[in-house]
Formats: sequence, C-alpha cells, structure tokens
Amino acid sequence: MSGKVITITSGKGGVGKTTASANIGAALADLGYKVVCIDADIGLRNLDVVMGLENRIVYDLVDVVEGRCKLRQAMIRDKRLNELYLIPAAQTRDKSAVSPADMRRVCDELRKEHDYIVIDSPAGIERGFQNAIAPADQVIIVTNPEVSAVRDADRIIGMVEAEEKGPAQLVINRINLEMVERGDMLAAADVLELLAVDLIGLVPDDQDVIVSTNRGTPIALDNKSRTGEAFRNIARRITGEDDVPFVAMENSNGFLGRISKLIRSGN
Amino acid sequence: MKSFSDRILGKRSSADDAKERLRLLLVHDRTTLPPGKMEALRDELISVISRHIEVDRANVQIEMTQDGRSQRLLADIPLKTVVRRGE
Repeated sequence: MSGKVITITSGKGGVGKTTASANIGAALADLGYKVVCIDADIGLRNLDVVMGLENRIVYDLVDVVEGRCKLRQAMIRDKRLNELYLIPAAQTRDKSAVSPADMRRVCDELRKEHDYIVIDSPAGIERGFQNAIAPADQVIIVTNPEVSAVRDADRIIGMVEAEEKGPAQLVINRINLEMVERGDMLAAADVLELLAVDLIGLVPDDQDVIVSTNRGTPIALDNKSRTGEAFRNIARRITGEDDVPFVAMENSNGFLGRISKLIRSGN
Repeated sequence: MKSFSDRILGKRSSADDAKERLRLLLVHDRTTLPPGKMEALRDELISVISRHIEVDRANVQIEMTQDGRSQRLLADIPLKTVVRRGE
C-alpha cells in the first residue's frame, strides 16, 4: 500500500484549517479508508481538541522525530472510527523541532499502512508551512470569502506552485448565503475567478460547527447536517469520485432555495 | 447592504468592491511591482519610446491584467499624428 499525503493549509489563520482537517479525515475514515491525521502546528496543538482526543495524548510528533517513542505509540485511535488516527503536535516546543525531512520520513512510514495521511498545517508561510507541505501529494487550501483570506490564499497558491506541489485545490469555507445574495459577500464564483484554481469544496457558514467542536465530534459524522455533507463531499472528491454535487451553491441559487426565500419574505 | 433601490440605480455592492480591489491587489502581489510604482514605470516607458517616436503622453495607459494564474502588463501607447507637408 502507498497512501496519499494531503496537506491542508491557508496562509491566513482562523479560516477553518483545523476544522477542515478533522472533518476531511473523519469523512475519509467513515468511507472505510485507513486515515492518519497529523497536527503539524508545533507549539499550538489544536487538532486533538477538535477531534475530541485531547485526553488520550501520551506522545506527540516531536517525540517520534526525536526517537523517544515508536511511531505507533504516538498514534491515537479515534473514539468512533476504528481506522482513524491522530498524531498530535507537541505543545511545549516550537516549529524548529521538526524539519521537512522529518515530515517526509514519518509520512513515508505511514504511507505503508494507511490510505490517507491528512496534515493540518499551521498558519503563516514559514518553517511550519514548509514542514507541512514537504511530504504532500496533494495540497488543499482553505479560504473564506473575504478580502484578506483570499489575498493570503493567493500567496499560498503561488508558493505551492513554486514548490512543485501544485495544482492546489480550494475549499471556500464559511459561505454565508444570505450575505452573498444581498451582495455583501464574495460569491464562490468570484473567488474562483480571482484565484484561478481548482475547487474541491464549498462549506456554508454554520453555527453547528461550533457546537460540534464544543463536543469534540466532527460535524462530518452528522448525517443530517448540510455542512457535514459538504465535508463528506470533499472526502469523496479526494477519493477520485466524479460529479459530486456542490451543496452550498445549490441551496443559494437553486429552485428550492428561491421558493423558500419567497415564502419567508412573504411574512 | 444593497437595497432594492440600489440595485435599480446600479450602485455597486460591497462584494463588487471587494472583487475589484482584490483583482488589482492580486496582480501586484503576484509580481514584484507594487501599485505605487506603476506611475514611475509609465513615465520611464514614455521617455524611452519618445526617443524614437512621438507619443501622445496624456492618453498612455498601462495596466497589469490577470490571465489565469499568470500576469501581463498591457500598454496602450497612442502616437501623435505627424502631419507631413509636401516637399
């Protein structure tokens, strides 16, 4: 087996990288694949808490790299999905504790027994980003429909191309359909036109993401959630499935969306 | 927020502003030329070209445009019409 390494990055902080990493990892595992998520944000560990695994940490990525434990010992098995693992970041060290070569070595080891390795990159364009990108076979960039996030996404897309890790694929997260419709938020089509990059996911702005993060249960595992479906669709596209619909777009401009809006405005 | 009357009057929405600002911003971010240097580039281009041919300075237009993920510099340089007198 030779697994695929997918790095989730963004440039700007706070756009939803960690949430996307946890949900894409969970959705891939839910499809039956063997998945390992790696938190590459050394010093600002967070993927553990979003995945709800913070109480099980014994060893971390830096312990593996520095030889204090075996790779297997740092892999925390998910509570719900048998084939989902997390390798947490160290909390007490900084980014210089891990090198791009370390990341390549760890991922090469993981590729042997897993289908997908999902790396949650730190924000910024320095060492942590270089570490996260080094082993990547595929790079997913998360942005929000907002000027500063789009600008930073553009920088990162350029850097991914320069590292010959392209073409990058884009997730537009936190789309507020009502704001888009009244002309107060960039539409997905505008963001895509500006960035000239392939789209892999559209995720609505949804308060339920905060609720699921509060509980440490990825929303992708909630079959009734539309946002969960958006993440599950990204996972399906990663596995090579064609013609997976873009949920967020349909409800904004589709027939049902318009009808429901007419009914609401009729009150 | 864009009201119905704004739409009728064709006022720009804040999303339109965001898109236009980003369009300009990104072409400059992708090159090493900051927006404030365009004026200097324009002046230098005009002076070089003017050494060879007479340029209609007031109507010279130079802009950066986006073509997918590559950029190009477009220069529209109108020339002065030379009135030739019969010799």
